[in-house]
Amino acid sequence: MKHVLVIGAGPAGLTAAVAAADAGARVTVLDSGTGPGGQYWRHLPPERPSRREARLHHGWSEFERLRERTERDGSIDVVTEAQAWAIETTGGATVHALIGPSDAAGREALALEADSLVFATGAHDRTLPFPGWNLPGVFSAGAAQALAKGERIAVGRRAVVAGAGPFLLPVAQSLTATGSTVLGVYEAARTPALAKGWLPRPWRLLSSARKGGELAGYLAHHLRHRVPYRLGRAVVEARGDGRVEEAVIARLDADWSPIPGTELTVAADAVCVSHGFTPRLELPIAAGCEIGPDRFVTVDDDQRTSVDGVWAAGEITGIGGVDAALAEGRVAGHLAAGGDRSAIGPARRRRRASADFARRIEAAHGVRPGWTAWMREDTVVCRCEEVAYGALLGTAAATEQGSLRSVKLTTRAGLGICQARMCGRTVEELTGADPSRAADTSDRRPLAAPVRLGDLAGLSSKDDPQKGEH
Amino acid sequence: MSSIVPFESDPIRPAEPRCLTISVDGERIEGLRGQSIAGILLAQGRTAWRTTVAGRERGVFCGIGVCFDCVGTVNGESDVRLCLRRARDGDTVETQDDSEEDTR
Repeated sequence: MKHVLVIGAGPAGLTAAVAAADAGARVTVLDSGTGPGGQYWRHLPPERPSRREARLHHGWSEFERLRERTERDGSIDVVTEAQAWAIETTGGATVHALIGPSDAAGREALALEADSLVFATGAHDRTLPFPGWNLPGVFSAGAAQALAKGERIAVGRRAVVAGAGPFLLPVAQSLTATGSTVLGVYEAARTPALAKGWLPRPWRLLSSARKGGELAGYLAHHLRHRVPYRLGRAVVEARGDGRVEEAVIARLDADWSPIPGTELTVAADAVCVSHGFTPRLELPIAAGCEIGPDRFVTVDDDQRTSVDGVWAAGEITGIGGVDAALAEGRVAGHLAAGGDRSAIGPARRRRRASADFARRIEAAHGVRPGWTAWMREDTVVCRCEEVAYGALLGTAAATEQGSLRSVKLTTRAGLGICQARMCGRTVEELTGADPSRAADTSDRRPLAAPVRLGDLAGLSSKDDPQKGEH
Repeated sequence: MSSIVPFESDPIRPAEPRCLTISVDGERIEGLRGQSIAGILLAQGRTAWRTTVAGRERGVFCGIGVCFDCVGTVNGESDVRLCLRRARDGDTVETQDDSEEDTR
C-alpha cells in the first residue's frame, strides 16, 4: 500500500487526503495549526463549541464532510500541531517534523517516510508598507479575519479595511460579525482595472459558479450593513500616539500613486490592510520543486511538480480561491496515490476553469508600482529589523552590484526573525532585485520553519549517534 | 480597542465557555479554554505587548504565525508566537522588551 504524505490541512490538503485514501493509499496529513481547516476554514477550537458556527463560513458543510471523513477513515491520520521543518527527496521522501505546542522547546521529533508527497501549504496575505503600518492597531486583513473566525475577537470598534482583491470583502464581513463597525472597504484597483480583469469572457465565470455565489453573498452583506466599498483608494497613513487613532485615505491613480489633495482622515482604532497573497514556498523549495516566473510552484495538468513523487495543490500553485484548491487537491491526492487519471476528469476540468479566476484577480488587483509614492524616508519597510525606506534606498543606490543579498547584509532588511516572510518581496521590488536569480530571491530560507537552536542540536546528535560520545 | 464577542450575545450561539487563568508579567488574567495567549490579551483590550529594539510597541500583526511581531516569553521560553500558542491554565507569560538587549 502506498503511503501519501500531505502537508497542510486546508481545503486543498483535506481534499487531497480523502482522494488519496479513496484511491487506496495510506495517508498522513501534517498541519501546523491546532485543528484542520487551514486559513479558509479557520474556526473555533473544540473547547468552544457553538451551534451556528457555519454562519461565519462559506462551504462549511464541505469542511464538515471532509473533517468527518478524515476522522472516521482508519487509513487517514491527521497530525495537528505538526511543524514540518526539513525535507529530503532522494530515494523516496522523508519529512522531518516537530510535534507539539508552537515554538515550545523539546517537542517530539518525527521523521516520516512516504512514497509520495502532496504540498498544500497555502499562502499568507501580503501587506505593502505605509507610514504608521507598524503602529499597534494596524493588522493584516488576514489577521482580522483569523481572529474573528478563530477566536471571536474584534480587533477594533471602528475598523477600516483596505488593500486590493476580493479577499477584502469577507474580511469586512467577518469584522461586522464580531460587532465592529466597518467604516469602509478601500480597494486600490480602479474601475478600468476591475473591468479588464472581470468583464472579458464573463461566461467563463459561470464554471466557477460557487465563487460567484460567494462574492454575491459578500456584496449583499455590504448593502445590508451599508459598508461603503470605494475603488481607487488606499490607506496612505495610519496615525496615533502609540497606537492607531486615525487612518488617512487617499484616491489613487491607475498606477496606485496617491493623488495629492484627495486625503481624507477618519477616526479608527483598527486598520486592516492586505494587497494580495504570498505563497508559502519553504517546503516545496526545500524539496527542490521548480518555482515558476510567477513565483508559484510549477505544476503540470496533473498537479505534478518538477520533482518525482511530489505534487502540489491550492494557493502555492496560484491564487485561485477555494474552488481551485478543492479541484487541485482532488487531482493531486488521487494521482499521488497511484490512481488512474480517467477517474478524475471533472476535477481536472474544474481546475482549468479556476486558473482563469486566478488570472482575473491578478489583472484586476495586482500590485502597481506607484504605491511607493506614499512612502516617506522614515517609513519602516522591514518590521523585524526596523529598516526605514530612505536607508534601504540609499544603500541599494550605493551598492554597485545591486544584489539583494548585499543590500540585506548592509541594511539587515529581511534578516530578522520572520526571515523576510513579511517584507521580502517588497524589499526585492524596492531594490530592483531580479528574483529569478538565486542571490536576489527572498524565498530561499535555511530552515523551512523556525526551530529552536537547542532542538536543532538535539536532533543532529540523534542523527549522528557518535556525537554524544565525545 | 480590541474585545471579544460576549458569548451570551454571539449569534453563532456558543456553549458557555470554560475559564482558565494565566499570569502576564505577574498579573493574573482570566481567559477561555481554547484561546491563544494573544487572544486572551486582545480580549482584555491590549493591542501591544512587545517592545522592539528601537523602543516601539507591537502586538499582533499577521495573526497566523508569519510576522513574529507578537512574540513573548511563555513559561521561561522566549520568542513564542502568542497568536499560535494555545493558553494552558497556569501559563506564565512575560512580555518581551527587546530594547533592553542593546544595553545588556
